[in-house]
Amino acid sequence: MSLIEKTAGELIELQSSGDATAEAIADSFLASIRVQDPKVQAFLHVDEAAVREQARAVDVKRKTGQKLGALAGVPVAIKDVLCTKGVPTTCSSKMLQNFVPPYDAHVIEKLKAADAVLIGKTNMDEFAMGSSTENSAYFTTRNPWDLERIPGGSSGGSAAAVAACFAPVSLGTDTGGSIRQPASLCGIVGMKPTYGRVSRYGLIAFASSLDQVGPFTHDMYDQALMMEVIAGHDGRDSTSVDRSVPAYTKSLDIPIKPLTIGVAKEYFGGGLDSEVEASIRTALKEYEKLGATVKEVSLPHSKYAIAVYYLVATAEASSNLARYDGMHYGHRAKGKLDLISMYSRTRAEGFGQEVQRRIMLGTYALSSGYKDAYYLKALKVRRLIKNDFDQAFSECDVILGPTAPTAAFKIGEKSSDPLAMYLSDIFTISCNLAGIAGISIPCGFTKTGLPIGLQIQAPPFEEEKMLRVAKMFENATDWHTKRAKVG
Amino acid sequence: MSSPYQIVVGLEVHVQLLTQSKLFCGCSTKFGASPNSQVCPVCLGMPGVLPVMNRKAFDLSLRAALALNLNIASFTKWDRKNYYYPDLPKNFQISQYDLPFSYEGFLEINAASDPKKEYKPKRIGIIRAHLEEDAGKNMHDESGKGGDSKVDLNRTGTPLLEIVSKPELSSPEEAKAYLDEIRLMLREIGVSDCEMQEGSLRCDANVNIHIQHEGELAATPLVEVKNLNSFGSVAKSIAYEAERQYAEFQKDPKNYRIGNFSKTTAGWNDAKGVTVVQRHKEEAADYRYFPEPDLVPVVVSKEEIEAARAAMGELPSQQRKRLQESPFSLSAYDAGVLSAKGRRMVSYYEEVAKEIGDGKQVMNRLSDLVMGTLNERKEEIDQFPITAPKFTDFMKATAKVNQQDRRDVFKHMLENQSDAATAMTALGIKSAADFDEGALRQAVKDAIAANPAALEDFKKGKTAAANRIKGHVMKTQKGAPNDVVQKLLDEELLKA
Repeated sequence: MSLIEKTAGELIELQSSGDATAEAIADSFLASIRVQDPKVQAFLHVDEAAVREQARAVDVKRKTGQKLGALAGVPVAIKDVLCTKGVPTTCSSKMLQNFVPPYDAHVIEKLKAADAVLIGKTNMDEFAMGSSTENSAYFTTRNPWDLERIPGGSSGGSAAAVAACFAPVSLGTDTGGSIRQPASLCGIVGMKPTYGRVSRYGLIAFASSLDQVGPFTHDMYDQALMMEVIAGHDGRDSTSVDRSVPAYTKSLDIPIKPLTIGVAKEYFGGGLDSEVEASIRTALKEYEKLGATVKEVSLPHSKYAIAVYYLVATAEASSNLARYDGMHYGHRAKGKLDLISMYSRTRAEGFGQEVQRRIMLGTYALSSGYKDAYYLKALKVRRLIKNDFDQAFSECDVILGPTAPTAAFKIGEKSSDPLAMYLSDIFTISCNLAGIAGISIPCGFTKTGLPIGLQIQAPPFEEEKMLRVAKMFENATDWHTKRAKVG
Repeated sequence: MSSPYQIVVGLEVHVQLLTQSKLFCGCSTKFGASPNSQVCPVCLGMPGVLPVMNRKAFDLSLRAALALNLNIASFTKWDRKNYYYPDLPKNFQISQYDLPFSYEGFLEINAASDPKKEYKPKRIGIIRAHLEEDAGKNMHDESGKGGDSKVDLNRTGTPLLEIVSKPELSSPEEAKAYLDEIRLMLREIGVSDCEMQEGSLRCDANVNIHIQHEGELAATPLVEVKNLNSFGSVAKSIAYEAERQYAEFQKDPKNYRIGNFSKTTAGWNDAKGVTVVQRHKEEAADYRYFPEPDLVPVVVSKEEIEAARAAMGELPSQQRKRLQESPFSLSAYDAGVLSAKGRRMVSYYEEVAKEIGDGKQVMNRLSDLVMGTLNERKEEIDQFPITAPKFTDFMKATAKVNQQDRRDVFKHMLENQSDAATAMTALGIKSAADFDEGALRQAVKDAIAANPAALEDFKKGKTAAANRIKGHVMKTQKGAPNDVVQKLLDEELLKA
């Protein structure tokens, strides 16, 4: 097994045993990017010299006996929605094509403090709006398992980077499934932590009440490791919660006993691909073998989740994205224009179609005369969706189901039909609306060799339990050891 | 005087809070720094930044709300007010919409028609006060050469308290009195310095008039007057609007019914003394308010309210009431004048009055000597060289001294940083206690003898001639008690 197929945990061990240096590790991944990324197109920005410099600094620290952080020498790919000081951060938008943040996001500070090596910024749907990475203003990222297909989205670049072995781990953001869905489609692990578990400071907002940062990894140990680094209170994010962060890596291998698994009947309705369903049913059987009790639970309001999401998320987005007006930074329409023309030309040129569609939707939902029927009604239903989960979790430890209704679809297949595209998040969206934790883990392949993901959802701040439940499955299966062969 | 209409005014006052840092970031709020030198990613609205509430700002606004007798909501949240403007980098303002932190209060003002002569209290209802962030400043090229406009974002994010009164002000004078009282009170309790010139107090006036017409009450449409840059222009613009609206009304009285409140926004042109319509209601912006998802709601505890109340101290209205009671027993008018000078002047007064005993006399001396001097010297009472104990000594030493000598002593003390005794010695003015009646009588006799012509005139019935003799006495007997000299002179003139 070459270095690039290793997990972060393994790379850390190789360094401590003296079998690899951070620089050698970085070089292997950079080489992999150089050769394969032209096909996958996961990255928007890689600065090889800067990567080597970071890696060398870690090696020097080790040689001189200095204390090393938890991710010393581990390359981490970063979704281009997270601000990196002095490094372009574009949100895959023309609007921010030349934007270089003067500060680091909280999670970036944490990674740097943990001696991680930031290997590059990854492609995404523009402003995290999309489920396929086709909405990037620059290019579409390919699924490493089948280059004709999308990697999922919006964190498609970060998912593909791990699946293609360009980095052992990466960071994404999840507003309605943007970590879990691409993790599922790329055959890796991706977690959306509880809202408030990870600071959003420096995460360029799409929908503030739904956005959350989370890791992509090959396995559960790396998830635990990444979460130990990025989770925790940050005074700069008022919605980040002041709760201690458990030592996830320490408890990871302790199985949950007794374990009651909830299965929501609503997750097995129409639209669920039969191969995906079969894989999920097999996974449930596996859990029964491990001693779990499987119990049917109900999430009766989940059928409204997509409608609620596209009102709440777009309303917040219409306000969050108002700042991109050409006035203070970012793209500005050329020519001597009056104020209003400058605003509208700048925004028409700088934003892609899907972003414009969502800004209009959200503006409409908040407009006087419509706000009660749309935005405020959606908030009420959001509360009901949350109540559904509270009720369900009173009867079970975690809820299991499919992450996405299908495996990766073909590039262009849904791009002309926004509603069909929105439905690919049908199983992931309610988790964000309820503010709970969710994770997607690999649980099989279709006959054509496309990965399938199993979603585990847990009550707020029960990431530790969620990781342990997932680890039970990982210990019993070998899906997490599979690596894509980029063709 | 009866007017054909009743003026109805409500004021929206914005005051900047006296915090060191901005409402949602750590930048300084200091006025007058070079443009864009007090900014950070948060107040610049850079991608990815988040606001964090400044608790000090919230505490100050709690204090202000309690002083305005407002109820404090136990739960309050933040909302976004969305609109596009270059001085608003996020293109939304964090404000409070449907759940302001305070509601339903009142402010007592002096509604006397001549507030310089009397004090007539009136309670003006306050609908609400809420906290929000200030915008920056657009600066346009005024050379006429069409240069670029510039934006200064130093002010962006400064905490602003918006205080909305009920439409209970009935005249331009009342509006001015309301502003005077708000400014005095907020300065006194340390909430804001309320400098209209620096923009730390801003005011919009909602004006209309009610008219009794053919037995029915008619009302003109509401006009919101903006761009008011002094308390004087607030009063002037209200008077102007009322007259203008009445003239409009008279053109077609049938068209006016109460409740027909389509609102117009107008700007006050101070140079021309007129209002200019800016925007009609149909063109009003839709601010698309919604709860600010980046901030958590604020829960206010009883302890916090009590702490804010304790920090508030005595309010001007309480002070005025107390000054009219024993031991000070000032008139309502004097109490108003004194209280308007601020807390530190009041305590100076109290310190002196408690020693002297005669509150009214101390007030007279203060307004005669100290207040005017402070104005001339542009000084505050706590930097004044004649401290309260020194002024107390001065009052005692010059109790029987005539007015001119008293002023001379005061002036000497001020110029030489001396005390009353030193000043009087230097000026050759004896304090009342130092005069021996026998010696004084001799001085009076000498003066009569030295002024035979005046004596002659006096005897012919020109009583004013006695003053010439008295003046002669005073020249040699500086500081001699006026009443004693008069008595002795009267006696001696009878004998002469």
